[in-house]
Amino acid sequence: MLEKKMLTKRFGIVNPLSIKDYIDNGGYISLRKALTMEKITIIDEIENSKLRGRGGAGFPVHIKMLSLAKEVSDVKYLVNNADEGEPGNFKDRALLENDPHLTIEGMIISAYASGATKGYIYIRGEYNRAISIMKWAVDQARDMGYLGENILDSGFDFDIEVRTGAGAYVVGEEFALLESIEGKAGRTRVKPPFPTERGLFGKPTLINNVETFCNLPFIIEMSGKSFAKIGTPSSTGTKLISLSGNINNPGVYEVPFGVTLRDVIDTLGGGVPESRKLKMVQLGGACGPIIPEFMLDLKIDYDRFEDFESKTGAGAIIVMDDRHNLFEVLLRIVEFFGHESCGKCTPCREGHIQLEYLVKKFLYNESTPKDLFSLESLARVMHQTSLCGLGQSSPISLISTLGYFRDEYHNRIEFAGKE
Amino acid sequence: MVKIKINNKEVNVKTNTTILDAAKENGIDVPTLCYYPDLHINSDCRICSVEVEGSKNLLTACSTPVKEGMVIRTNSSKVLNARKTITELILANHDTNCTACVKNMKCELQSLANQLGIDENRFPSVLKQQDVDDQNPSIYRNPNRCIKCGRCVDVCKDVEGTHVLETMFRGHDVQVTPKYGKFLSDEDCTFCGQCSSVCPVAAITEKDDSIRVLDALNNPDIHVIVQVAPSIRVSIGEEFGELSGGEWTGKLVTALRSLGFDKVFDTDFTADLTIIEEGHELLHRVQTGGKLPMMTSCCPGWINYAEQKYPEMLEHLSTCKSPQQMFGSLAKTYYAQSEKLDPKNVYVVSIMPCTAKKYEAAREEMQVHENIPDVDAVLTTRELGKMIRQMGINFKELPNDEFDNPFGITTGAAAIFGATGGVMEAALRTVSEVVNKEPLESLDFKDVRGMQGIKEAEVELGGAKVRVAVAHTLKHAKQLTDQIKEGTSPYAFIEVMTCPGGCIGGGGQPYGTTNEKRQERINATYQLDSEMPLRKSHENPYITEIYEKFLKEPLGELSHTYLHTHYKPRGKLK
Repeated sequence: MLEKKMLTKRFGIVNPLSIKDYIDNGGYISLRKALTMEKITIIDEIENSKLRGRGGAGFPVHIKMLSLAKEVSDVKYLVNNADEGEPGNFKDRALLENDPHLTIEGMIISAYASGATKGYIYIRGEYNRAISIMKWAVDQARDMGYLGENILDSGFDFDIEVRTGAGAYVVGEEFALLESIEGKAGRTRVKPPFPTERGLFGKPTLINNVETFCNLPFIIEMSGKSFAKIGTPSSTGTKLISLSGNINNPGVYEVPFGVTLRDVIDTLGGGVPESRKLKMVQLGGACGPIIPEFMLDLKIDYDRFEDFESKTGAGAIIVMDDRHNLFEVLLRIVEFFGHESCGKCTPCREGHIQLEYLVKKFLYNESTPKDLFSLESLARVMHQTSLCGLGQSSPISLISTLGYFRDEYHNRIEFAGKE
Repeated sequence: MVKIKINNKEVNVKTNTTILDAAKENGIDVPTLCYYPDLHINSDCRICSVEVEGSKNLLTACSTPVKEGMVIRTNSSKVLNARKTITELILANHDTNCTACVKNMKCELQSLANQLGIDENRFPSVLKQQDVDDQNPSIYRNPNRCIKCGRCVDVCKDVEGTHVLETMFRGHDVQVTPKYGKFLSDEDCTFCGQCSSVCPVAAITEKDDSIRVLDALNNPDIHVIVQVAPSIRVSIGEEFGELSGGEWTGKLVTALRSLGFDKVFDTDFTADLTIIEEGHELLHRVQTGGKLPMMTSCCPGWINYAEQKYPEMLEHLSTCKSPQQMFGSLAKTYYAQSEKLDPKNVYVVSIMPCTAKKYEAAREEMQVHENIPDVDAVLTTRELGKMIRQMGINFKELPNDEFDNPFGITTGAAAIFGATGGVMEAALRTVSEVVNKEPLESLDFKDVRGMQGIKEAEVELGGAKVRVAVAHTLKHAKQLTDQIKEGTSPYAFIEVMTCPGGCIGGGGQPYGTTNEKRQERINATYQLDSEMPLRKSHENPYITEIYEKFLKEPLGELSHTYLHTHYKPRGKLK
């Protein structure tokens, strides 16, 4: 079996609007167990599990929890980042809409272990269905005593509020998200201090992705060591993959770390329709690298991906067949990020419009060797110097194609003005 | 202390210091653009990016604290290329017509481009031309020059607490604009000009009045006189690359004479007069159960703020005009009469550290003769510096000279008007002696001096203890005013100055005004005071003379006509 259904195991089995269904299917048992455990033991279990953040950066989860636990403050916040705005990603939506209590349970465990007193679930503004379901689920959980004061008679108080965005992509970035919850324009802040030191309303704040929280009940249930046996040594557990593009069976798939891209695309996704040739695959979403067909034997693994200047991202795979013009794809990406840049830092604010201009020159056969040099230099500077993840990662697709598809650039320069 | 390696040199630096400061301490210059001392570190421009071993991305020196064992490169080719690229990006969205710009040779972006050796921009201009904002008498905004560094927003929001300017829109459409309108006059802007003082380019400047002044100077039918505010003499040297200090006063007078002014007078004289009037007003209010606390009214930014934000509390403001306006009305009455001049032909120019003074001079209630402004033109310290250079006057080589009379004899009490707490101290010197009827032991009221946001003091007046307070910046003024509103203010008299440090830190002062600079100017101010033969306003012999010859008595009928004003609730300052 290529798939391993853990986080998605209740999909289609439970009614997302019924907390009873969730409880009848093993839900909130981990929370009951966690509330009997020492707080530090919970964090130790998470350390043993080697769980890494599922939002894209892959940061070890227990380190952030420990940082929050160590902070002394009257109020500490926990934020569930459900602002899934990255093009090609829809796995958080699946988790929220199909099994809303799983991520809530993960949040409560996390809050208990790290001493958070108030939680927010920040959901992408366009996710109307998920917003309704989560609000319903939070109310149910509160009615049943899983949220609010003295949770399950443990003496622990914690409550959750559902907040929504207004459509800006950048608020998926953690600091921009916090600014948005505070009622300000979604623009990032300078780091340090990190959110665990000074986050929401100036208080220590732990931010994790929906999927990250969803893993916690399983770690508590099976122990960190057992969890660590799933996947690969450097990347444990499963990963939800959003598979889309020119593919026969698009959708959300849960696989253990270590399967190859080819496995996902060919076996689960059923390959490219109409037996067309696969030209390229974009990983992680619009902000991820674009790789050629011959690299599809790459394993889905944090470390393997980092070997070539990339991140697993949030687990999107976008398949593009041979009808696609590379420069059309790049132009769409650059225009998207130019539109979504918050405009705070120079490279991101001023860089995208220039990238757009340069990519257009390649697209319309007007490029020169100097343009290639400018494009490459600009993309790298934006990647190296932008203030937040948006500007740092938006040029990654372009930079990757400068490596894997360099011939196409040279061809364009050669044929410039000849058509 | 931590040990770091910077450009292959091992050094020990203080824990928690930033890479920028650590580099500076060790003689390494990391260029910056959005960074400004005393303001919030936004790290937006990314110009100060440096390479730190172990970090994939470049880190900004202004915001990154040093860590034990850090290996930093501030000038690798990767770093230099990044800085150059970022600067080119900024230039591609900037009106680069440098030679036709008021900040030419004084522009931080221009010097950065020069330092980085940018001889060609790889990126085409993407500037979308926008309308300039010239709808008010004080401040000129040219959005086509704005580089979105955010300094003006921070100074307006964090330092002044007024929050008129904000970064609006998103991505490449970002603009720094008045929050809800196109023009500053659409907002509750006080025209304090702190934004113009920190702008690295010429996106926000004072409105240029130097051409009007030159025209008047060249008109033989007009008698042009000039008054110089107390704080100008300690800062004018900076316009010519010198340190702050009072020793430039004599050259300043000569320079003004060389520019062609018929008489060079001192606003310090009317500052002394203000103290007499305001001191008596305070005593009058105390003795007759008038509105207390009384708040000073010499700062035009504060008056604008009070009229906009506290329309129900205007009775707390002293009715005294500011020294600038007292000078203006005396010039067009007393002076014109004694010199046998038609007030229409007397043109009053004032040299002020301030952009809000331009608005004050344009107020319609500031006209003793209908349709003739009491003060015709206001120049900032920077505009004066520009004029002196324009006219080919070699400022540093000028001989010293003295102010003309009758408005040239002044006291130390007037000299300290320019520093926060100065008006209070000057008033206390006079009020104490008038009430207590015996000379003060010490003239120095040190409790009200210094850069602390709100200062308090307790003084004994006629046997009773009276509490007074001093606030600088509108953020602090708001705290004291809210206290009055809530009925909890323990004070009888409050001094308010809009700009940090008072007028010496005014929005029209030479560029590069930081808190360090402000302190230097404050020190120079108190130095001047201590060296003055007369240090109390009521001892100024010409003040006595003007009451004998013209005004008759403080708070008298003529004083009310010429030296006092009234306030009204004001929405936007059109």
